[in-house]
Amino acid sequence: MKTAVIQFPGSNCDMDSWHVAQNLLGDAELVWHSESSLPKCDLVWLPGGFSYGDHLRTGAIAALSPIMREVKAHAERGGLVLGICNGFQILTEAGMLEGALMRNNSLHFLCHDVHLKVERSDTAFTNTYTAGDVLRIPIAHNEGSYYADADTLERLEQEHRVVFRYSTEQGQTMPEGNPNGSLNNIAGIINARGNVLGMMPHPERATEELLGSSDGFKLFESLLNSLAVT
Amino acid sequence: MTQAPSHIPQTQSLRDRASTFGLTLEEFDLVTENMGRVPNALEAAIFGAMWSEHCGYKNSRPLFSKFPTTGPQVLQGPGENAGVVDIGEGYAVAFKMESHNHPSAVEPFQGAATGVGGILRDIFAMGARPFAVLDSLRFGELSSKRTQFLLHGVVEGISHYGNCIGVPTVGGEVTFHKSFEENPLVNVMALGLMKHEELSKGTMGAVGNKIIYVGSKTGRDGLGGAVFASADLSDASQADRPAVQVGDPFMEKLLLEATLAVIQAGVVAGVQDMGAAGLVSSTTEMAYRAGLGVNLYLDKVPCREEGMVPMEMCLSESQERMILVPVPGKEAEMFKLLEKFELEVVEIGEVADHNMYRLYWHGEVVGDMPVAALNEAPKYTREGVESLEIIAKRELEINESNAPIPSDLKKVWLELLSHPSIASKRPIFERYDHQVMTNTVVLPGAADAAVLRIKGTTKGVAATSDCNPRWVYLDPYVGAASAVAEAARNLACVGARPLAITDNLNFGNPHLPEVYYQLQKATDGIAAACLVLDTPVTGGNVSLYNQYTETAPDGGKRTVAIHPTPTIGMVGVLADISKRATQGFKREGDLILLLGANTDELGASQYLESIFGLEAGQVPKLDLQYEKKVQDTVISLISRGLCDTAHDVSDGGLAITLAEMCISGNLGAEVAIDLELDGVSRVDAVLFGEAQSRIVIAVHYNDYEEVLGILDQAEIDFQTLGTVSGDELVISENLEEQEEVRILMSATLEELKTTFEAPLRAVMG
Repeated sequence: MKTAVIQFPGSNCDMDSWHVAQNLLGDAELVWHSESSLPKCDLVWLPGGFSYGDHLRTGAIAALSPIMREVKAHAERGGLVLGICNGFQILTEAGMLEGALMRNNSLHFLCHDVHLKVERSDTAFTNTYTAGDVLRIPIAHNEGSYYADADTLERLEQEHRVVFRYSTEQGQTMPEGNPNGSLNNIAGIINARGNVLGMMPHPERATEELLGSSDGFKLFESLLNSLAVT
Repeated sequence: MTQAPSHIPQTQSLRDRASTFGLTLEEFDLVTENMGRVPNALEAAIFGAMWSEHCGYKNSRPLFSKFPTTGPQVLQGPGENAGVVDIGEGYAVAFKMESHNHPSAVEPFQGAATGVGGILRDIFAMGARPFAVLDSLRFGELSSKRTQFLLHGVVEGISHYGNCIGVPTVGGEVTFHKSFEENPLVNVMALGLMKHEELSKGTMGAVGNKIIYVGSKTGRDGLGGAVFASADLSDASQADRPAVQVGDPFMEKLLLEATLAVIQAGVVAGVQDMGAAGLVSSTTEMAYRAGLGVNLYLDKVPCREEGMVPMEMCLSESQERMILVPVPGKEAEMFKLLEKFELEVVEIGEVADHNMYRLYWHGEVVGDMPVAALNEAPKYTREGVESLEIIAKRELEINESNAPIPSDLKKVWLELLSHPSIASKRPIFERYDHQVMTNTVVLPGAADAAVLRIKGTTKGVAATSDCNPRWVYLDPYVGAASAVAEAARNLACVGARPLAITDNLNFGNPHLPEVYYQLQKATDGIAAACLVLDTPVTGGNVSLYNQYTETAPDGGKRTVAIHPTPTIGMVGVLADISKRATQGFKREGDLILLLGANTDELGASQYLESIFGLEAGQVPKLDLQYEKKVQDTVISLISRGLCDTAHDVSDGGLAITLAEMCISGNLGAEVAIDLELDGVSRVDAVLFGEAQSRIVIAVHYNDYEEVLGILDQAEIDFQTLGTVSGDELVISENLEEQEEVRILMSATLEELKTTFEAPLRAVMG
């Protein structure tokens, strides 16, 4: 599987993403944001970080980078797109996913493990999980509070577009397990076509027991699996 | 002889105004002598900055000569942007610690943020990619409004800068004591990883080489920062807020990637960051190392605003700027590589065959100073005298009348566990991204040191920072030696072999004999410990004048000096990262052992201070040879895979160590102490005393016999304390040759956790 990891000025999970893509998915290439074409690839990965120093709004400037036209075209062709943390913020700013990521309700940056309930196991990103699985995966963000207007939120829920929700260790999606005030405990959503996923937690930081958790491993296994199926 | 440039007015009173440049009259005369003429105002200001303590180390440099600085592991010792140690397999680690105390005292957010930014530039100027940051922070009493203001600001500043640039903040220390009320300490340590061949140096290379300015534009921020950092703080310091720099981590991230890209491409002959005293110190230091001169064209310096004058360009401490010297003939290639990052890239001068630091402004020479004189600040050796007040405190006998054994030991135990210096720092470190770069194997709070893996190898790098200011206050020699010993012990407790140190010497005003004495003795202690523990000094930073003069309501002046704090940053290596230890208990049934000996020593403990208000007594004795044996033993057990749980005994004593091991592991324990066996008369000395060279370990019962066999050969004291079990920590005392047992105190895990987590959570939210 070939992955293109996009580097924006200020991306800082680019090499972590490249490392995981290279080791778990096969082949990865870094692509600078000012490029106007993508290499031939199966997956485009928008990594975490502080693109453009979070100036204006998180992800707002990166969403206008030249490469984003190609990322959109890739998605329109049915190609897979994964946006993690700042990548998710960029996807919402680029209009590729609904909603917005606002400041955490604590108004502080937070870095710690959270529990995530897997809501769907029928996506290209989650097909080796079982719906209802509870994962332990770290977050590291200042603007992770998911917001969408009431109509959008209702539509997302009706269309089962929420893939991950913050939960308690037992998998209850309630305020207790919600680290940042996200509406409906939303941690990650997918587009209607099912090929663009955005999420705030960092599965790429949780693929090895050496680093404390391997609960994110199956997300990458799922991607390989989906490619084998199609 | 070059004439003093004519268009800068020469007033009779320039010498009289020497102090405004941070120079004494004697120093001003020395400048005149060195130059063969009276300096102009620009030159006087440049000398003032270069001869400030911050840049010139005039009071401290003579004391450094006793430090051991060499060893097979040292690839770069003191004198460069950072020290570098070999970790094997062709890899090396660059590391250094630096203070940003005074900026943080007046503007905590930017002060701390730019502290992070500055030390990171030192690391990547060496050609190393920064991969970890540790912070050593000291504040006044947590209950004070000022401390809370400073704590919030400093934590947010570190969080803002470190998180954005994407270097994990993996450890450090945060302690509270009233001597830091007005003058907090913010010491930041950074580590970078490189291949041996990527090692870069801050030199100008050869005559004719171009001097390239890269990074942010120069502004009027941080003007005179080096001088500001080298004077006492006072009520008027708030007016010096413009001397505090403003940081932009996004710009630094670009500068980091740009610098490493040109170093890796092999087009760079020399690199230096613009830190304290900005453009001047970076370019003169590089010229000095090369034994050459430079011509600088100040009108080419990119400026943030119009109307800036040479003095401002020379001494601005605007952040995120570097000097690069390209390999001759590779200039175009360097410019091409830098284009991608959209930074200011300007040729501002060249290396010259004279030995002068020659500044041009629109074609005219406005400053012309000998490079050597700028870089050779006068050295002062002073007379140190120990404070009688401190001697009296140290010699105070601790006995039943001034420190009676408490009847309610548990109350004391929980009070210590909730002292902000001991309590959980989770509410602070969860504000820092400690996992970015996906190397952090031991997370903050989980062990005595942070452990990072080196991708593509089986190796790990461990890092810690340590100092007990109360100990250094009461006995600067033993206290400072102990800071080195404890840093090494911290590394040993994760299974790492200590390699080298960086030191950050935070002291008061060295003109005071009592302060100079502390500086002298502390450096002696560091040197002695580094020699025995084989951890050479590879560099560091000196922050003097950490004292605050305030005006009392009656108009009198009062000086409050900090407790002397020589913070030790230490780096170590694990050959096989799968063989490591953390502090939390792992399994029910593990045997708990104490390595090292309990003693009657209670002096200088947190216990005496917190419970009896006594900051007094002898600092516990340190036998460095014995310390080394204890450390070698625990490293040996861990590296053989016989032990994965270890924690040193430090602040708060054995009872606190055990509580932390239970809290971290979420498991209880049953432990018994034996006063007769220990030869100790006071039970509180065993529970809360801070005797040195002690480590608590836990081992699997299958390995117990083998471990005992190894310990028998180790020539150290050891005893089995108990077992890991249940959800309660019960500490008992063996009575009458172990036929009877008396419970001294016990607490449930829940009780311990709540006590430990609460104090900082209440303040940080």
